[in-house]
Amino acid sequence: MPAFGFQLNGRPVTVDSWDPAQPLLYVLRNTLGQHGPKFGCGLGQCGACTVLLDGQATRSCLLPVKSAAGHAVTTLEGLGTPEKPDVVQAAFIAEQAAQCGYCTNGMIMAAKALLAKTPHPSLDQAKQALAGNLCRCGTHTRILRAVMRAAEGRA
Amino acid sequence: MPAALSRRELFQTGGALVIGFSLRVKLSRAQATHGDGGAALTKPLDPSEVDSFLAIHADGSVTVYTGKVDVGTGLRIAVRQMAAEELGIPVERIALVEGDTGLSPDQGGTGGSTGLTRGGAEVRQAAATARQALEKLGYRPGGDIGSLIGGRRFNLKVDPKAPLQDPANYQVVGKPLPRPDIPGKCTAKGNYIQDFSLPGMLHGRVVRPPAAGAKLLSVDESSIRAIPDVRVVRVANFLGVTAPDEWAAVRAARELKASWSDWQGLPGSEDLERHVRESPVERDQVLTKADADVVAPAAAKQLSATYFWPNQSHASLGPSCALADMRPDGLTVWSSSQGTHGLRVSLAKIFGLPEAKVRVIYLEGAGSYGGNGNDDAAADAVLLSQAVSRPVRVQWMRQDEHGWDPKGPQQLLDLKAGITEDGRIVNWETQMWLPAATAGTRPFLGIDAAGLAQPHGQNAGQIAQNGDPPYAATPSPKVTVHWIKQTPLRISNLRAPGKIANIFAVESFTDELAAAAGVDPVAFRLRGLRERGNDPRALAAVERAAQMIGWQPRPSPNPKAAQGGLLVGRGFAYMRYKQAENYVAMAMEVAVDRAAGSVMVRRVACAHDCALVVNPDALRNQIEGCILQTLSRTLHEEVKFDHSRVTSVDWGGYPILRFPEAPSIEVALLNHPELPLLGAGEAATAPVAAALGNAIFDATGVRLRRVPFTVQRVKAALA
Ligand code: FES
Ligand code: FES
Repeated sequence: MPAFGFQLNGRPVTVDSWDPAQPLLYVLRNTLGQHGPKFGCGLGQCGACTVLLDGQATRSCLLPVKSAAGHAVTTLEGLGTPEKPDVVQAAFIAEQAAQCGYCTNGMIMAAKALLAKTPHPSLDQAKQALAGNLCRCGTHTRILRAVMRAAEGRA
Repeated sequence: MPAALSRRELFQTGGALVIGFSLRVKLSRAQATHGDGGAALTKPLDPSEVDSFLAIHADGSVTVYTGKVDVGTGLRIAVRQMAAEELGIPVERIALVEGDTGLSPDQGGTGGSTGLTRGGAEVRQAAATARQALEKLGYRPGGDIGSLIGGRRFNLKVDPKAPLQDPANYQVVGKPLPRPDIPGKCTAKGNYIQDFSLPGMLHGRVVRPPAAGAKLLSVDESSIRAIPDVRVVRVANFLGVTAPDEWAAVRAARELKASWSDWQGLPGSEDLERHVRESPVERDQVLTKADADVVAPAAAKQLSATYFWPNQSHASLGPSCALADMRPDGLTVWSSSQGTHGLRVSLAKIFGLPEAKVRVIYLEGAGSYGGNGNDDAAADAVLLSQAVSRPVRVQWMRQDEHGWDPKGPQQLLDLKAGITEDGRIVNWETQMWLPAATAGTRPFLGIDAAGLAQPHGQNAGQIAQNGDPPYAATPSPKVTVHWIKQTPLRISNLRAPGKIANIFAVESFTDELAAAAGVDPVAFRLRGLRERGNDPRALAAVERAAQMIGWQPRPSPNPKAAQGGLLVGRGFAYMRYKQAENYVAMAMEVAVDRAAGSVMVRRVACAHDCALVVNPDALRNQIEGCILQTLSRTLHEEVKFDHSRVTSVDWGGYPILRFPEAPSIEVALLNHPELPLLGAGEAATAPVAAALGNAIFDATGVRLRRVPFTVQRVKAALA
């Protein structure tokens, strides 16, 4: 079986995949036990599967595992824990910015990527940065509050 | 003892081995309650027993068992608060087991906002009974509950008269305590069904037909020979695949060549309104009758209008998922069903098993908002597990969820009324065309395809409510429902069943009458409420929402609508949910781009009275969600189908609200701790579409009577 190596949350990993075109999402969830990224559509339309690839918000449901080889992948697991959440996670928790939470992974990862590039976004910039991430429960206003809170460094 | 799984079964089904952390905690707690290490789950389930709802452990911690489930709605914290208040212990000491048919009493499905009104209230009464008993043993709040009864049973009937805490002294209820599930959800420690696995499990996918009623003619297994370890499962017209590797199952389902018969039994969504109007009616039902002997004053103007609401999808962000383990000695299913107890009964019947041999365990999935594909996915998993004699996990693909979840019903309404010289409503009549409810449970897709016997009921919930205005009218309004025999798509309850469309029609039409009378829409409503019952809570809600948005009294449309290339306006709607529950008033500000046809909702103000507020922040979260989700349903959502199948099968074909469209939302909670609580998971959805339509009318002078208000439709209406 072909093997593919990449960095996962700062650690080198090597995974086998019978199909080099297997989307990274399945490898992360099933082989590497990373349950942050979620399957929402498999079509690049919803953002539930978002990870950071070399710091860029990337839809892991569309990225073949072979294209991740040699890159640095960060998942929600790589940010923080319930006890020690990272600043964006802490802001989402403080704002109670989830209902079902199925979209939350994508929201936090997209917010991470935004804040890395634009540490102090306007509300409109935040809305645009999340425009490709869907939330069916209607948690938008809380999520936006959480992003702005994280930008202010208020955890 | 129903569903008493042996220790061996529990371990075999993975109950205590590989399942997620919190379920492991739940089960070990459950075992601890009988102090036998889980030799048998012989916990009582009868809702008349205190022990069915509560177990107090030796360390003073408590497990609460509820048949109602948290579908992202905050029930977990609210039920804990209600139990903690009665028991006099902190919420942190309470663990919750939801919707496990082996452990939780049957409290009916989670729907119709009954999670707290029934689910929470029954737990509370059991807790009050427990406290009464404990006090006889010398218990005082804050005392050591564990040493009094820890590890032992109460063996007590729930006492309906056990006194509840005086709301004036509430310590825990009414506090905005954070939800216990959110830190985990933000740090990849959620406990979703999609993340759950069993040892030896296979991944399953179902191949749905290209036309809803097509028959499977042949399958070419050689088409997927290159994909490793796939098994094709065919039972009559049910076609599925399993594989140890999930991606292999996905690819196999996608690439498997099968031929199906042609089928063209659907009317198509383009012509749905006409189809509904011409559909054979099973029976007419007069819901509220105009008083025959009252003579209405003469109308200065007569109005009539038709409103239409299309089929909509639950469109869960994560597709439905379930695991099933069918063994010779019984069946275990893990599901996000909103009705695990009902699912258990149905599966037992279909698969010819005694109910005691079937256990359905709830695990949270993506928000479901009613009967989405979860129950169908469970049946798919059982069919596959039975065929391959292994535990099988089925996750639907996106096109399965959008294409095959049972849909919210289409609704057609004709309204007519007159308005007198002095602006009063006369001769109001509502006629509705709605899919009739029929006996029996909803058929499972996979079970039908497999040719197994099952009930074929149809029920989308209480969809005929709120068809009459809450305002004074002479004579009192008449509402007639034409119950239609058959409806094109399989339907189920979708959040606030029927009410959103009915209130869209009633409250838009009320606005039409106010405009015809040349009266300010809020003043028109306030007078109508004063002259009919003068209910202070109704008036308070309307006045509060108007004040929050800074409502300036004047008739619609807005004489100064044009502002910098946009047309701006404000709209209002009010309703009392099911004419008996929550009072919700909503005001909205919109800007319409006439050339582009786009509608931007700028601000929403909502005054919400659900009597007792258990957790104000969790409630606000729900209300905000109700508003945003219904804006989405109103602006964007319509299930499209041709003569064979649903064609809006992804987020491109079935768009929902996006972040740039999110307005600012202000919510006022009108709390009445002294009154019995009302459910709040859906009421705030109900006035949204009407408030939006009324705001668009105010901005443009054009009345939209058909949802969704898409760019194309708005553009055409304004042309
Ligand atoms: S699952 Fe990847 S974008 Fe939806
Ligand atoms: S919180 Fe449920 S989809 Fe966003």
